[in-house]
Amino acid sequence: MKRIHGWGRYPVTQARVDTPLDTAACRAAVTRTPVIARGNGRSYGDSANNADVVALRKMDRFVSFDRDTGVVCVAAGMTIRELIAVTMPAGWFVAVSPGTSFVTIGGAIASDVHGKNHHHEGTFGEHVISMTIMLADGSCVVASASENTDLFHATCGGMGLTGVIVEATLRLKPIASTLIEQTVRKARSLEEICGLFVEHAEAPYSVAWIDCLARGDALGRSVLMLGEHADKGGLEAPSTSQMKMPFATPGALLNRVTMKAFNAAYYARFRDRSQQSVAAMSYFYPLDAIADWNKLYGRAGFVQYQCVVPEQDGVVHLRRMLTKIAASGQGSFLAVLKKFGEANANLLSFPMAGFTLALDFKVSPTAFALINTLDAMLLEAGGRVYLTKDAVMSEATFKTTYPQWQVFETVREKYGAVGHFASDQSRRLGLA
Amino acid sequence: MNKVLIVGATSAIAEQCARIWAQRGDALTLTGRDDARLQSIAEDLRARGATTVHTQTFDVTDHAQHANCFEQASTDMQGLDVVLIAHGSLPDQAACEADVAAAMHEIDTNGLSVVSLMSLAANHLAAQSTGTLAVISSVAGDRGRASNYVYGSAKAMVTTFASGMRQRLAKSGVNVVTIKPGFVDTPMTAAIAKGALWAQPDAVARTIVAAIDRGRGEVYVPSFWYLIMFVIRHIPTFIFKRLSL
Repeated sequence: MKRIHGWGRYPVTQARVDTPLDTAACRAAVTRTPVIARGNGRSYGDSANNADVVALRKMDRFVSFDRDTGVVCVAAGMTIRELIAVTMPAGWFVAVSPGTSFVTIGGAIASDVHGKNHHHEGTFGEHVISMTIMLADGSCVVASASENTDLFHATCGGMGLTGVIVEATLRLKPIASTLIEQTVRKARSLEEICGLFVEHAEAPYSVAWIDCLARGDALGRSVLMLGEHADKGGLEAPSTSQMKMPFATPGALLNRVTMKAFNAAYYARFRDRSQQSVAAMSYFYPLDAIADWNKLYGRAGFVQYQCVVPEQDGVVHLRRMLTKIAASGQGSFLAVLKKFGEANANLLSFPMAGFTLALDFKVSPTAFALINTLDAMLLEAGGRVYLTKDAVMSEATFKTTYPQWQVFETVREKYGAVGHFASDQSRRLGLA
Repeated sequence: MNKVLIVGATSAIAEQCARIWAQRGDALTLTGRDDARLQSIAEDLRARGATTVHTQTFDVTDHAQHANCFEQASTDMQGLDVVLIAHGSLPDQAACEADVAAAMHEIDTNGLSVVSLMSLAANHLAAQSTGTLAVISSVAGDRGRASNYVYGSAKAMVTTFASGMRQRLAKSGVNVVTIKPGFVDTPMTAAIAKGALWAQPDAVARTIVAAIDRGRGEVYVPSFWYLIMFVIRHIPTFIFKRLSL
């Protein structure tokens, strides 16, 4: 038995972890029930927590990589970091990348992750040509947008609840340089930042850091970071060095005063309309430079709250939520705002046209109370919470905000996944 | 571009070394017992950028296969620059104590077969007056311990054999590199509970490849094992025999 948890270090559970090296060993592990696949443990909450776990991380080989077309086939346990270490020098980058390169390909599909280019490129799953999924009976089936379509759309974003993704073929994106041309825009208020997202809709990448402790006139003040792949600068292999967090931060160091000071200093650091070339690794994965940054929130762990509110009246709803967060004083300095493009056909995929806000709360009873309040506001706004970050959502909230959950259950039933693939999260959300 | 032969290429440490070489665009020949795993690794290495990848399927305890291994690799890659001998098994010490045949088999796998392969490799490289012969020994070979001395004595043979060979070949331009890993988190050690001293195979591989690049003699991986083994070697025997290590 082994102690396991997600990236938020909350909640923690004891599990028997099987680490297969190949498909045959994976098949043996999948006979246990209920079971859930686990990648690199980078989803934040309990979506890969279960008493029986199949850890895919050692299944990490390339099957093929066509340097002319950018089509790559890999075992699902390979991380994006390992993938791009090989493909970037050859001029290919993942079409969609989340904020960390430490997720596995299987995890990226199961979470249908999005990135700073969602408004142009959609989610990770939209660039999956096909994948091989191991079902409850140990058989492997291929799913794509044209084959076993129902399984494909249930598995992209399906949190591992349809089966175990063992292999995937991806379409990569050509790049001429490993540099990103970054342009900074500063916004003094929420209305201004939302306006800037619209104004810069053509920018390939956009994401804003938002000061979620600012109140009154300064509520929603933000720094928007726009980016596009550079033409020049060469295709050097990405740097992969990391600093280490030697121990968990004593909780007392993270308080309203230190966070407010940090946020003010961070906001002041940037100049509006400044431009610079930055390494793609630091543009896309700023926090990857610090190993174990999740220890920043102390021993109790943290919950990342990421929600999306629809575009219609989005600013109004965001203002209400941010006012509540700022008043509680619990917000962190790692808060992010981003404007999404349209939703896709994947049954439990998170993104929808609107604004997404993500921030961390140190685990505490008051944080959970605040999250409940925010969930209620979100229900009213017609938004939803990202399952990959979630550790606390109620069954009722889930079933209201993910209206396709019953279709999802029907597909699971058809492929024998009901009762066989389950996690602490799926039980909490009332999935069979 | 280097032409690299890896004996025991399905071992986790060897596979991680091969990935580094593949990404540099080297030519590789892999040997192992399990052809399906060799093919899967070969596909991976080709995708990573290896110029060519050849495979040979044989069991190292079949010594008759050894001579052909180097000839074949040299023909396939049109030369041979680096030989890494990486195969091994972690014996069940208790089973070896109860059954002499089991102990002898483990000594063959971890010791005698390595001696045979090293002898042939050394002659091959010495004839061309260039190249590097690297062998994965173990910290376990530094001193026999009750928990693991069958494995340890086979590795001690490898370390000593390599030391002599290094002297012999020093004048001929061939480097002999002895690698002594400590605890590495691989399928070979899957059954053992892991603590703070354990290293990951990719990190170990980076050190091994760097040691081969520089033609170093004996390398502890990670390097703190030098200190640990220095202490263990210097514990007086009358105390050592009472310890449980």
